[in-house]
Amino acid sequence: MVLSFMEGNEALARGAIAAGCNFFAGYPITPATTIFNNMLKMLPATGGICLQGEDEIASMGYCMGAAMAGLKALTATSGPGISLYSEQISFAIGSEIPLVIADVQRLGPSTGSATRGADSDIQFLRWGSTGGVPVIVLAPKDALDCYVLAVHAFNYAEEFRCPVFIASNKEIGMTKESFDLESVALPLIVERKYYSGDTFLPFAAQPAESPPFLPIGGKTLVRTTSSTHGPDGFITNDPEVIAQTQERLRDKILHSRHKITLYEEDMQQGSDTLVICYGVTSRAVEHAVKILGSKGKPVSTLTLKTLWPVPEELIIEKAQSFKRIVVFEMNLGLYVQEIRRVLCDRKVDFYGQMNGVLITPGKIAEVIANA
Amino acid sequence: MHSFLNTSRPPVYCPGCTHENITAKLDKAMVSLNLAADKTVMVTDIGCSGLFDTFFNVHALHGIHGRALTYATGLKLADPDLNVIVTMGDGGLGIGGAHVLAACRRNLDITLIILNNFNFGMTGGQYSATTPTDAVVGSEFLNQAEIPIDICGIAESAGATYVAKCSGLDRDLTEKIVNAIQHKGFSVIETLGMCTGRYTKRNKLTPKMIEEMITDLPARHGIVEKNQRPEYGTRYRALAEKVQLVPAPVTIEKKIDLPDYKPEEVVILGSAGMRIVTAGDIICYAGLSAGMNVSMKNDYNITVLRGQSVSEILISPEKIGYAGIELPTVLLALSDEGVNRRKKLFSVLQESTFVIKEKSICIPETTADIVEIDFKELKIKRQDWALASLALMAKNGKALNLEMLQIALTHRFSEKNYLSAMDIIGKIFNS
Repeated sequence: MVLSFMEGNEALARGAIAAGCNFFAGYPITPATTIFNNMLKMLPATGGICLQGEDEIASMGYCMGAAMAGLKALTATSGPGISLYSEQISFAIGSEIPLVIADVQRLGPSTGSATRGADSDIQFLRWGSTGGVPVIVLAPKDALDCYVLAVHAFNYAEEFRCPVFIASNKEIGMTKESFDLESVALPLIVERKYYSGDTFLPFAAQPAESPPFLPIGGKTLVRTTSSTHGPDGFITNDPEVIAQTQERLRDKILHSRHKITLYEEDMQQGSDTLVICYGVTSRAVEHAVKILGSKGKPVSTLTLKTLWPVPEELIIEKAQSFKRIVVFEMNLGLYVQEIRRVLCDRKVDFYGQMNGVLITPGKIAEVIANA
Repeated sequence: MHSFLNTSRPPVYCPGCTHENITAKLDKAMVSLNLAADKTVMVTDIGCSGLFDTFFNVHALHGIHGRALTYATGLKLADPDLNVIVTMGDGGLGIGGAHVLAACRRNLDITLIILNNFNFGMTGGQYSATTPTDAVVGSEFLNQAEIPIDICGIAESAGATYVAKCSGLDRDLTEKIVNAIQHKGFSVIETLGMCTGRYTKRNKLTPKMIEEMITDLPARHGIVEKNQRPEYGTRYRALAEKVQLVPAPVTIEKKIDLPDYKPEEVVILGSAGMRIVTAGDIICYAGLSAGMNVSMKNDYNITVLRGQSVSEILISPEKIGYAGIELPTVLLALSDEGVNRRKKLFSVLQESTFVIKEKSICIPETTADIVEIDFKELKIKRQDWALASLALMAKNGKALNLEMLQIALTHRFSEKNYLSAMDIIGKIFNS
């Protein structure tokens, strides 16, 4: 085994390249800038295109144009950039433009703290677009996850024709660590589904599915639009057509929830407590579980790698046999709302911290021990 | 005669709206250029000018207000064979001003047709970035307190290689659009027209008056000589082609076997500019050379050469989870602001913690084992204190040894920098 050493942002960029990403546009922002730096080093040499937009809105627009020409696009920013991306994210969702958005989160609100981590945007990513359409959000816990989840993110973007978010964190993106890069088994690459008939309608799709794709610039003329549209890509006021599209946009994500659910679990014999966590905090949880285990108090953990769509069935199933559920987050309680919604008949304990520093294993062990 | 116009979706403009004439002349221009429909895309945004994509049988992308140029840029770079035509009103021009400036500076081969009709037609005739100060529009008095912009002048100063201004009813409009599309680079053609649904209801504006407005402003006939330069896409590809090498990840083979190595937690308390992060890298590389797992997290402010710089490094034979430091085994106190940032840490230090303290630095009271060193006396520059401290760690067998350090330095530095780093290491190690 030979170890490689890199920060989460570099791992994410390398994962994107491995996924076949061939277009990047972004605007510098701490702590996401090094994704841009890495893509700029790697894309030209692999035949891809890498640009710095005049702002975040432009960077997203470049990616969406490139994606509609058939490329696999990545952009990276932090919370303040997601704010600016918002109008374009809505467009990408509504017009089913596949791309991957890395959000290396920092402490908000607003400008907040550029060099301090937090899981600030967990609900913002879900709800920061108009229309309320479900989105896919993946959460890495370390550099290895950044590498692997980048490939999953591209796969989901291609399969479901939608923007997919990677909710990283300053404490992952800018933390360097060793891992065995060479022996990572990456998921198989999912290619965009191309249309192959002769009566192409750009948004014609089966219920709960995404439409087959053809690129702008190909032999068949393609229309895409930010306006409410029917299968032909022209603006429509027909309530039935509108309803069908809206339901399809929702169902293509929610009906495939089982396919999108990524997680890790560590079920300890004899434990009556399940910790549900995600992101960088899950590393401190693992550490705390070890401490408690060595003191004869076994604790189980469920680490979610998919935050949206909420893996509801998984959470219900895994939580079933436990007396106590505890959620830890690097914010004052964003995702715990989903856990409480899903486990509505259960008491869910919560500890959150939003002060620019990691929740320590000691704190986690203390919260778990003080039932 | 061949036409690109979509007969099933004819223009839906108000009677007398200049947009209708521009639609017809744009079609004629595209026909006379014999553009391939499947290699042409109409990119539009919001408002009446945003309807253009529905009138033509070409590829179409209709997006967010003011952002048309952003999609156009992605499309053109992804597919350089595309003819990219963007229509934008004076509304989109106002919202997307930054994108217009960027497109002028960049000179990517895109044609921008601005349909300036002096107000927001669709939403009620509110004033836009081009509404004359004395016009009567749907924004009460607000336009009277501002002045309109001359986008052609702005485009020229932003570096546009092709800028033309004409009436939307110009007799030679077809030819002018042809010239704009043919230009290899970013071309802006501003057409001035009448919004009969809103603007001309309360403001007298005739084709003759539009001609006079154009005559009153500096002439814009296309090619801007002083701005001529290579098209962006061509230039980009030529530059990108020179980049041949994908940098390999830092991968360090295990060279040293240390079966009894215990987990180490190293904290470096320094300041920006002291190469703290580089020293952290070197410690990690050293750990990797002994087959250890390593992690490094850094704490610094947004200021570049000011403020604290703190590195926390873990080295362990086990997989590393939590990457923070709870109980350091080695602590390097190299600047007061770094020490201040982690003041609380000193109260938990144990006797076994190995502390290196530069003589000039003040640290809170601690029971740890302190080695004080006077780097100034040794004539070690402040930017090398962190590096020099590594030699002291190696000398005392803390977290790394000299062999590990040497391997780390060969990986981290070029040959020249390696030699000067080894000079410093040697000086301290042998002192």
